[in-house]
Amino acid sequence: MIRMEEGGVMIFAEQEDGRIHPITFELLGKGRELAEKLGKGLSSVLLGYRLERDAMELIYHGANTVFLYDHPSLREFDVIRYKENIVNLIKEERPEIFLLGATPIGRSLGPRIAAALETGLTADCIDLDIDETDGSLVQIRPAFSGNIIARIKTRTRPQMATVRYKVMKRSDRDTTRQGRIVRKEVREVEETGVHLIKKEPIKGMDISEAEVIVSGGRGLRKPEDFGLLEELSRLLGGVVGSSRPLVDEGWIGREHQVGFSGNTVKPRIYIACGISGSPQHLFGMRDSEVIIAINKDPSAPIFKFSDYCILGDLYEVLPALIREIKSTRSEEYG
Amino acid sequence: MDDRGLRLIVLIKQVPDIEKVRFDHEKGRIDRSSAEATTNPFDLNALEVAVQLKEKFGGIVTALSMGPPQAESTLRDALSRGADRGILLTDLRFAGADTLATSYTLASAIRKLGPFDLVVCGEKTVDGDTAQVGAEVAEHLGIPHVAYVCEVKEVVREGIIVTSRMGKGYYTYLLRFPGLITVTKDVNVPRLPTLRDTIKARRAQITVWTAEDLSDVALLEKFGISGSPTQVVRVFTPSTEGRKGKLLQGSAEDIAKELAGILRQLGVLR
Repeated sequence: MIRMEEGGVMIFAEQEDGRIHPITFELLGKGRELAEKLGKGLSSVLLGYRLERDAMELIYHGANTVFLYDHPSLREFDVIRYKENIVNLIKEERPEIFLLGATPIGRSLGPRIAAALETGLTADCIDLDIDETDGSLVQIRPAFSGNIIARIKTRTRPQMATVRYKVMKRSDRDTTRQGRIVRKEVREVEETGVHLIKKEPIKGMDISEAEVIVSGGRGLRKPEDFGLLEELSRLLGGVVGSSRPLVDEGWIGREHQVGFSGNTVKPRIYIACGISGSPQHLFGMRDSEVIIAINKDPSAPIFKFSDYCILGDLYEVLPALIREIKSTRSEEYG
Repeated sequence: MDDRGLRLIVLIKQVPDIEKVRFDHEKGRIDRSSAEATTNPFDLNALEVAVQLKEKFGGIVTALSMGPPQAESTLRDALSRGADRGILLTDLRFAGADTLATSYTLASAIRKLGPFDLVVCGEKTVDGDTAQVGAEVAEHLGIPHVAYVCEVKEVVREGIIVTSRMGKGYYTYLLRFPGLITVTKDVNVPRLPTLRDTIKARRAQITVWTAEDLSDVALLEKFGISGSPTQVVRVFTPSTEGRKGKLLQGSAEDIAKELAGILRQLGVLR
């Protein structure tokens, strides 16, 4: 058998409802960099149903080879069937590195693949590099809720890691890129032990995709005061975020949580209202393009990470800002 | 499930109290003396799932933990919250385990325990933060699993119906027994132990198994450091490099005007 991908980098292409998850393009960006350092190829494995066009997208984003498993039984994420096929592929192709997104799907699937292959898996990496002395993969990940960072190496192969969403740069889309799509025979599994009964879409916003986030922290006095943040976020076309304590208190839903144990966000504008800036919160938002902080405490760590620092009371600044925005609007349109 | 009810196993870990733990930023280390050990908060949700299932359908809840001898207190905590028995895997040969070796060791102990219906785990631990051990245990045992379970719907003859939150959807699955689930904090509110149960748990017997005790179901070289393919090369604290912030001053109205100007420049205000 010709192993096209031996020693190279392989990426799990995550899809849901036939749409490629953007983490895949981030992985392809980093994967390309690692593959070039190794002088090897970059491949991707895509499982689903009728995804030929998506396979092309993976090539446009940098994959040299796409292994396509196309079958109705793979339309929805199925941890056992996905694992069976991928484990088999890795045994055939022997990549040096195998990467998945640290999404719920990647974090459910990755450990099963790693345990089946008896190899190491490093969770939730925020950076990856090749050690030039021995060609091994250096995996950088936080632990203790983002308070410490560890550099990890794996002595077995493939070296496996899941990678946090929105910390790496997406690869550019270039339709002149050439590559090959290898249609693989799908291994059928009769009884997996897990049967999907129904699927309901999650309603509401996805904070990790928001362009503007107005976030609240312990500086808020009561749950209703999120209304103030909501009004501002509406005026800015954004969504409301929260630090962990208020979510734990039940003031707002977990889908609003920004920080290590919540969502990592990278909006164009992040407005932190009454958020002191614990390491756990900073972890989830410090890569935002522009950070604006409003806090009464001059020693709040958030100020060190902000582009605009407003030393003041959010209960004075926010209403004034809302009035200001509304009045200029009514001048223009009134 | 048979007429004796459900045989449930809950995986429990003792962790430093993440709210109180301090970090030595110069040495890039955790100051373990700064915080008391506590039960991993996510594991309390897992235990609550198991205890509620037992209360409804009968059966037995076994709490299983791997850790140093003092992790016994975490198993007593589990007993005070409704577990029927506690098993501690403790041995220097288990130490230094990554998720592969940890899950192998836990899976070996589950094998030794004999037939079971359901293993329940927390979504992740607050110290390791990997969320990998549950799914790896399932793979070692060759059983199906569902991760990120936010609701337990019902138990039927052949298995359990659960809803998992993943990606853009809520996925409801029938998971056949024997199976494994990992649960999120949304699944329930863990009970507080009563004083009576705490006292009872203090006197209870905790079973301790060493590596030798697992030798009939496991390969000793797969435990601990020798069974761990990943190695931490270096640990450091995150960079504290910040941004050069511009201070906006004046009355709330002045600040609001300036801020609106900035937002307009950034293109989010017309």
